[in-house]
Amino acid sequence: MPQNVEKVLDHENLFREPEYTSMFEAKRSQFEFRVPADELKKQIEYTKSWEYREKNFAREALTVNPAKACQPLGAVFAAVGFEKTLPFVHGSQGCVAYYRSHFSRHFKEPTSCVSSSMTEDAAVFGGLNNMIDGLANSYNLYKPEMIAVSTTCMAEVIGDDLDAFIKTSKQKGSIPAEFDVPFAHTPAFVGSHITGYDNALQGIIKYFWDGKAGQGPVLERKPDESINIIGGFDAFVCGNLPEIRRMLGLMGVEHTVLCDPSDVWNTPTDGEFRMYDGGTTKAEVERAINAKATISLQAISSEKTLKLIKEHGQETVGFHYPVGVTGTDAFLMKVSELTGKPIPAELEKERGRLVDAIADSQAHLHGKKFALYGDPDLMLGLTAFLLELGAEPVHVLATNGDAEWAAKVQALLDASPFGKGGKAYPKADLWHMRSLLFTEKVDFLIGNTYGKYLERDCGVPLIRLVFPIFDRHHYHRFPTWGYSGGLRVLTMLLDEYFEALDANTIGIGTTDYSYDIIR
Amino acid sequence: MSLTVDENKALIEEVLKAYPEKTAKKRAKHLGTFEDGKPDCGVKSNIKSLPGVMTIRGCAYAGSKGVVWGPIKDMIHISHGPVGCGQYSWASRRNYYIGETGIDTFGTMQFTSDFQEKDIVFGGDKKLEKIIDEIEDLFPLNKGISVQSECPIGLIGDDIEAVSKKKSKEHNGKTIVPVRCEGFRGVSQSLGHHIANDAIRDWVFDKTDPNKNTFEATPYDVAIIGDYNIGGDAWSSRILLEEIGLRVIAQWSGDGTIAELENTPKAKLNVLHCYRSMNYISRHMEEKYGIPWVEYNFFGPSMIEKSLREIAAHFDDTIKANTERVIAKYRKLVDEVIAKYKPRLDGKKVMLFVGGLRPRHVIGAYEDLGMEVVGTGYEFGHNDDYQRTTHYVKDGTLIYDDVTGYEFEKFVEKVQPDLVGSGIKEKYVFQKMGVPFRQMHSWDYSGPYHGYDGFAIFARDMDMAINSPVWGLAKAPWKKAA
Repeated sequence: MPQNVEKVLDHENLFREPEYTSMFEAKRSQFEFRVPADELKKQIEYTKSWEYREKNFAREALTVNPAKACQPLGAVFAAVGFEKTLPFVHGSQGCVAYYRSHFSRHFKEPTSCVSSSMTEDAAVFGGLNNMIDGLANSYNLYKPEMIAVSTTCMAEVIGDDLDAFIKTSKQKGSIPAEFDVPFAHTPAFVGSHITGYDNALQGIIKYFWDGKAGQGPVLERKPDESINIIGGFDAFVCGNLPEIRRMLGLMGVEHTVLCDPSDVWNTPTDGEFRMYDGGTTKAEVERAINAKATISLQAISSEKTLKLIKEHGQETVGFHYPVGVTGTDAFLMKVSELTGKPIPAELEKERGRLVDAIADSQAHLHGKKFALYGDPDLMLGLTAFLLELGAEPVHVLATNGDAEWAAKVQALLDASPFGKGGKAYPKADLWHMRSLLFTEKVDFLIGNTYGKYLERDCGVPLIRLVFPIFDRHHYHRFPTWGYSGGLRVLTMLLDEYFEALDANTIGIGTTDYSYDIIR
Repeated sequence: MSLTVDENKALIEEVLKAYPEKTAKKRAKHLGTFEDGKPDCGVKSNIKSLPGVMTIRGCAYAGSKGVVWGPIKDMIHISHGPVGCGQYSWASRRNYYIGETGIDTFGTMQFTSDFQEKDIVFGGDKKLEKIIDEIEDLFPLNKGISVQSECPIGLIGDDIEAVSKKKSKEHNGKTIVPVRCEGFRGVSQSLGHHIANDAIRDWVFDKTDPNKNTFEATPYDVAIIGDYNIGGDAWSSRILLEEIGLRVIAQWSGDGTIAELENTPKAKLNVLHCYRSMNYISRHMEEKYGIPWVEYNFFGPSMIEKSLREIAAHFDDTIKANTERVIAKYRKLVDEVIAKYKPRLDGKKVMLFVGGLRPRHVIGAYEDLGMEVVGTGYEFGHNDDYQRTTHYVKDGTLIYDDVTGYEFEKFVEKVQPDLVGSGIKEKYVFQKMGVPFRQMHSWDYSGPYHGYDGFAIFARDMDMAINSPVWGLAKAPWKKAA
């Protein structure tokens, strides 16, 4: 009997007990009719070959293990970043169950979001009644101050018109006429989660600036000295946006973060469930039109939003997920240039500390080869940071990256001696990455939780710096931006390096001469 | 505390006040109290969720791809449509299996047709054809393919059945199964289970050469139906069935293979764990192949013993004698587990809200540990589930069908249970409130919970949830005094 009450065996050990392993063997040999061992072995080896890689890259229709999600996920991310705002996704209800689960698995926090629960009859007749009832129910039940509507692919395929539906709902009295319901069409078959973030954020800003869908005044811009910040869809939002606020605070820069979910996804356990917490207020969104400029930390993730803001007469600046010394320098210098405020000594000291840390550790990362995948802005930021460390980004992949993105990555690589031999892979997935890792080996992989399958298959240690991160806790609470964020990323890279080195030298009496106590 | 029938009624009335009148009227039918002697739980079920109320339910695709088909390990399941559905359900259900992933098994992979606008406009059949060819080229050791429809497929008029037939012919009769589990169909995951069951009937049973993969039959051949091997549940169940002398010829569908599915009509008895998701195929096999089926419950020793005896009753005296021996053998472990954990858990109150089986099935396991379930409800149960629930719950149990976020929060606030068992979307809501919580879909990344080996883990997990020191820290000491 394998189980033991004194030391309860969990799944990872229980099923290695002989009672179970012999059971597995019997199941396999008698009933599974699996592939013969030699055939299996042949195919395992074949998938590691150049020939398989070429076949794999010749794929035109099939996607395997992509590193992207669909638009409405990003729309929900954007919506929860506003004060007392309930995200409302018009379409099938299963989608909302998925978004909520997905975010809760990453942030280990509740994610409140409702659906209009459209079913077959709505597919035939349209979802107007679902919108009317849904808005009334969520307004009464969850007492939001704003409901931000987006769509699933079902509503998009049948062509539901959000603007008209929301207006009709108001006419039917399901919510007060003056109640704010910004909206964005977010078809899942166009772009990815970052497109949805962009569309939803643009929708909210447009709603408040351009006369609340015909129900309020069109705002007139009266330029002031403040700066708007857009963070983009970010795995580390709970650490990053407070860090940006802190740095701008030190500089004395008046600022508005447009979309800030860093509180609602970071609530305390103190006996109270906060469905809403923090977030950008409506007044702040309205005031934001007057800002001197808007800086996006993820320009590709906020392309349409920046365009809209620019059209309202504001200067816009786009970064690509600045990480490390040069990235943070550029961000702070831009803020300083825009506002005329100097970068204070305190930040300069933080900068020096990050440079100090890099100097202390650079020998361990110099020349190490990296593969990385994730959202396009993040890939640009991490590539730049790796180059700054003297590491070599070899495979840079974004399932939701396009040719323009790839050219930007290539330009970064080409500008550095450490970028020789590096290549960008737009519209590729993690099965492509598997072929890359087998045929052109690297030392480390940067990715999300799903990268652990590549770590297992290809033996490449994984560093988790990409959404979603389900199997490690609390990373999202720490910043990756700013000099302190750079320090955090540096430490994560080094931790993995040292762990890998220790694991590689741990053999007693065989390799442990290199199992050094000082590194 | 547990409430009286009248207190429950007052609580329900209070909660319903928050809704608009029309909605309150509809929701009232889903909320109730079990009263002794009644044939069901007094609630309506399997009805459309209301828009905007924050239902916990998912969709038909989740029921088919996520539950029934996804765990069949040597097939490739294409999430057919836009990228999201497959992405959010990628390896998140912990259907354990053994195999060379990416080579001869594919359970923790995400295959998608990643629909683009042009596929919506011009249809996706051509793309699907190409995808199947590419799968055959890159993953030649797969034993079959299923096409899991996402919402757009049924809306744009694609003919995935024709594509499947055509491609099956081209690829030497390969099993290719089109599944019409578009997310907008039905009211929850439940219809997806049914559609998935029917697809197995039509595209596996009816198309399989019965002599394809043969083995010598024995009088003791059984199939495990409706165990998805969450954290290894099917394994810690199988071991018991084999110990009493039965031979498990198939697992549906956790750690299952297409060969096991195909050979199931050779079973002498189907043993059914998740009635909700697989009663359909069990009934079909009874009608078509004359295979009887029996429901069982492997949560907690009381139900395990009862179930083992009921299963054994279908066989000869050898099996019956073996069963008594096995029950006696595990008695020591059971006694030790109860001796260790019951004193820590005795009298603790539990509220549950899970899918289609566990809202009743786990009650016995809690009671074995001295705990009491004071509220329960199904995400996607039907009336026959609520009827079966009457055998488990006590008089006065609060019942909530397709509970909304608002209702669940208010019920827990008022009832103040010592533990809530539900899903990931609910977990952090209640933990913020300072209420211990266990995920009862995924076992909170623990498990197995089935069988005797699983019961020890279950007891340990409930103890660590309830008796964690962290709950004493939720209130700041300077606030406690006030």
